[in-house]
Amino acid sequence: MSGIALQGSAPGIPGAVSFAGKKPGRSWHARLRRAYVPLGILALWQAGSALGWIPTQPMPPPSTIAAAFLQLAVTGQLADNILVSLGRVAVGLGIGVAVGTLLALASGLSRLGEDAIDASVQMLRTLPHLALIPLMIMWFGIGETPKITLIALGSTFPIYLNLFSGIRGADRKLREAAGTLGLSPFETILNVVLPAALPSFLVGLRQAFGIAWITLVVAEQINASSGIGYLVMNARDFLRTDIIFVGLAIYALLGLLTDQSVRLLEHYLLAWRPSYLNQEPGR
Amino acid sequence: MNMISTLPAAGAALAESGPQTEPDAAVSVRHLSRSFGGPAILDDLSFSIAPGEFVALLGRSGSGKSTLLRTLAGLDPAPAETLSVPPARAVVFQEPRLLPWKRVWKNVALGLRIPDAKARALQALAEVELSHRVEAWPLTLSGGEAQRAALARALVREPKLLLLDEPFASLDALTRLRMQALVGRLWQTHKPAVLLVTHDVDEALLLADRVLVLIEGKIGIDLRVPLDRPRHHADPGFSLLRTKLLASLGVQD
Repeated sequence: MSGIALQGSAPGIPGAVSFAGKKPGRSWHARLRRAYVPLGILALWQAGSALGWIPTQPMPPPSTIAAAFLQLAVTGQLADNILVSLGRVAVGLGIGVAVGTLLALASGLSRLGEDAIDASVQMLRTLPHLALIPLMIMWFGIGETPKITLIALGSTFPIYLNLFSGIRGADRKLREAAGTLGLSPFETILNVVLPAALPSFLVGLRQAFGIAWITLVVAEQINASSGIGYLVMNARDFLRTDIIFVGLAIYALLGLLTDQSVRLLEHYLLAWRPSYLNQEPGR
Repeated sequence: MNMISTLPAAGAALAESGPQTEPDAAVSVRHLSRSFGGPAILDDLSFSIAPGEFVALLGRSGSGKSTLLRTLAGLDPAPAETLSVPPARAVVFQEPRLLPWKRVWKNVALGLRIPDAKARALQALAEVELSHRVEAWPLTLSGGEAQRAALARALVREPKLLLLDEPFASLDALTRLRMQALVGRLWQTHKPAVLLVTHDVDEALLLADRVLVLIEGKIGIDLRVPLDRPRHHADPGFSLLRTKLLASLGVQD
């Protein structure tokens, strides 16, 4: 319906006809189709609870969860705790990405840097960073520092590994061509090596986001007085399964949102790639 | 150019007679040898290219054609006393080697240190008949378009020496013919010295003033092509030279 309406109003806008006729219409239907199964499951869940097939204490129905969500939202608890959790991820990830990027640049762009950094980083990365939690608590107590340190530590490695391999994988032939165009080594790094490594960096960024969320969940459950994890642990003590489900849904939603934002970033930064090119109008 | 000028006339005469160097040459190579661990790829090789001269370099695969071109391009360092080349050089490789993350005109303007770089890039793209694709991403170009962009990127630098490393080898036959004609026109307009590395005898004879054949690391044949331009395959002189060159490459015509 909306596709037809758009086409009807299109003549005033140049190019709008072909735009409305192609991508958005198709993907709108596709998106709706993808929602059928999850919506169906929710409906079955709700119906099962109403009919008494699913015990509501361990597994509250979607309507109860939604009510809990609304209540938390209205009292402002939800927003406050989401902001705290988001802040932890932002700071930890910011540090991790910065450190990972600096290390990868140093070790990717010079042999000396590689000898100094790569072996140590490769050794450290075999250590699961979550195993450091007891140590972190002993070192930094139970405040924000151990959580942020863990998130930073966890997200450093995917950035480092992907960016390093991206830099080293930059096409030698393109670097050579840049040399014949009179580019200095620094200009070659700026114009050839770093853009070539950008796709790998973004893959690393996506992995880093994933690890940051997992680390956040674990760190917030060990010791927290605020954040989504705190909300969930608190709910456990009061047997509020519905709030636990709200917490899970928030984690999933935040993970999805960050993943989408990296995708958006990719779409914008890697517009030259063939996979994105066919979405460019014209041609 | 700035070499010790002994007898220019004698030098010119020598160039006619064989692989010798010439005082006024755009390129001169003197006793150049190259090897990569094994037997010499280039063995005590000497030749020169006059300013504005179009030279084609033929040879079987593995004969060292590309090694020689890379040496002239400065991609493989060589002892300074064996080589004199103009500082303004440009290379077109077999692959276009455009940076996929820069729009076509930015690829052409890359590394240009002049105030109106964009205008010059657009002008060069117009010369290779690519004005309609200046804002395109390189990966959307066809093979011929990409190679024309690479040619524009080379020409915009106003090279005194243009090095072409089998630039038409990966194009389809029709595109190759159009590209050859285009290179011929551009050469006549800008008159750089050209070294075209190719394995295509016809291509060499269509375009070049002189054809060199690399045999066992030396210039085995140094042949002038005294045919008028535009040249045609049907020309009797053309097929005569063709037979001769093919024979030197070990192919019976």
